[in-house]
Amino acid sequence: MVTGAQNHQGEILIKDVTKIYDPEGVHVVAMKDCSFDIAAGEFAVIVGPSGCGKTTLLNAIAGFDTITSGEIYLDGELISSRDRQIKPDVERMVVFQNGALFPWKTVMENVIYGPVVQKRMKKREAVDAAREMLHQVGLNGIEDKYPEELSSGVQRRVEILRALINKPKVVMLDEPFRGLDAVAKTVMHEFLMDIFCESPRTMFFITHDLDEAIFLGSKVIIMTTRPAQVKKIVHVDLPWPREHHVLGSKIYLDLKREVLEAVHEEAKKAFEAGEREMA
Amino acid sequence: MISRFKARVTDPQLLRALIGILVFVSLWYLFTAVLNLPRFRLIPNPVAVLKDWFSLTPASGRSIFTKVYYLDIAYSVGRTLTAFAAATILGVSLGLLMGWSRTFYDFTFPVVETLRPMPPLSWIPLAILILPGVEIAVVYITFIAAFFATVLNTLLGVFSIDKNYFLAARCLGSKPKDVFVNVIVPGSLPFIFTGLQIGMGISWMSLVAGEIIAGKQGLGYAIYEGYFLYQFEHVISYMFTLGILGYMSSAGIRAAGRKLMAWESRRRGA
Repeated sequence: MVTGAQNHQGEILIKDVTKIYDPEGVHVVAMKDCSFDIAAGEFAVIVGPSGCGKTTLLNAIAGFDTITSGEIYLDGELISSRDRQIKPDVERMVVFQNGALFPWKTVMENVIYGPVVQKRMKKREAVDAAREMLHQVGLNGIEDKYPEELSSGVQRRVEILRALINKPKVVMLDEPFRGLDAVAKTVMHEFLMDIFCESPRTMFFITHDLDEAIFLGSKVIIMTTRPAQVKKIVHVDLPWPREHHVLGSKIYLDLKREVLEAVHEEAKKAFEAGEREMA
Repeated sequence: MISRFKARVTDPQLLRALIGILVFVSLWYLFTAVLNLPRFRLIPNPVAVLKDWFSLTPASGRSIFTKVYYLDIAYSVGRTLTAFAAATILGVSLGLLMGWSRTFYDFTFPVVETLRPMPPLSWIPLAILILPGVEIAVVYITFIAAFFATVLNTLLGVFSIDKNYFLAARCLGSKPKDVFVNVIVPGSLPFIFTGLQIGMGISWMSLVAGEIIAGKQGLGYAIYEGYFLYQFEHVISYMFTLGILGYMSSAGIRAAGRKLMAWESRRRGA
């Protein structure tokens, strides 16, 4: 569905990133010397205890926030360091946790917003492109509806299309399916699987849902509790496109045990740290 | 068409509205015509007011069949609409700018916040001294409180916009002016329209006060004149005229708001 240049690239290098909130005052070390990389076209899923700094990292890559030290590169270009922060742009699209479709724009107006505002397409071309994208994923007929008239599952899909129409190098999703019921989630996973297989591009996907993480990810990056570092990286060598029955396979269950153990250790630490803070 | 009309008449909402009005008028009648309460002795009963209001030869010279009635309305509506239009254009612009630019906010907020609580009537001396002509002074008094109500609500409207819409807009390649047009303006509309309704109410209140003190024509001026001439039927019919005009103007703003914010009313299922 997303045609054109297939070498979108989108390699991300995260090198010794440290983020301290309010260094003069409360001094919260959200992330310390965190390093890992995501190859171009890789589906990276980030899991870890709540408040461990996953979103911190997303904000730094997206250009929403600065980092205290370290470096982040996108295709060799330094996009974030202590002294340099490239502003948000269409190369790095974010799909937000609670959804950020503009409620005052219809589905169509939302999807074509990017290409039109960037003057990359004429409105007419953008409408055609958007209509085709919606059609391909079976979402035709909702073009003139406002987001709040749609179920949250459909809203999320539209928001993902709104990001993809810009052909970004990286798509970052911050727990995009949180709050959806299990059935709706399955639909979302298949949707994301389809568009990823159709045109692989770098994904940076934050979640708490381990099934989701393994089902979608080429690799699962497990973060430690605050200050966040990489605890473990689990490569998911399941064939693409994945279908839901894979969730019962032995290789899947082994992977899940591996991820679960790592996550559980960190969750326990986080819980104990929380207890200490409360005391 | 007929069935639709029927459905509306039997609508419990309409019925309740009619009962409310009936109770109100009955109490008024009771106090003035039946019980003759001491402090109500000079107050005309509803029948007397209606008779005067719809009389071909009103004692006060003011009824729906006299030219002067419509002249009074025209003066007052003209002043209110002028003031309200100015308050909307200037108030919304100022509020949006304050919400858009932190620097501009820092410069303006203390001044706005000090001027805002000043009662419109306290502006009368300055308005008359500074502005050329009493007419403009009355419009200014009608304008000033509505203006600040609009500024404040617009500003709150901008502040109410979810931060993620700004971030999303930036990701999607918006320049600051695109953010202004596509996020700030539509995002603050619900609050703006609340502000406009409040502003319209304040306009009418300030107008009458301004007309009483500084006016030469208009409903407020005529009410005060009626008071001195003991024409209380006319005082009350004019009060109701103001009430009806206020009601209509608020309804007009709500209708405009619904039209501009289809996304909002669809969300509420209206």
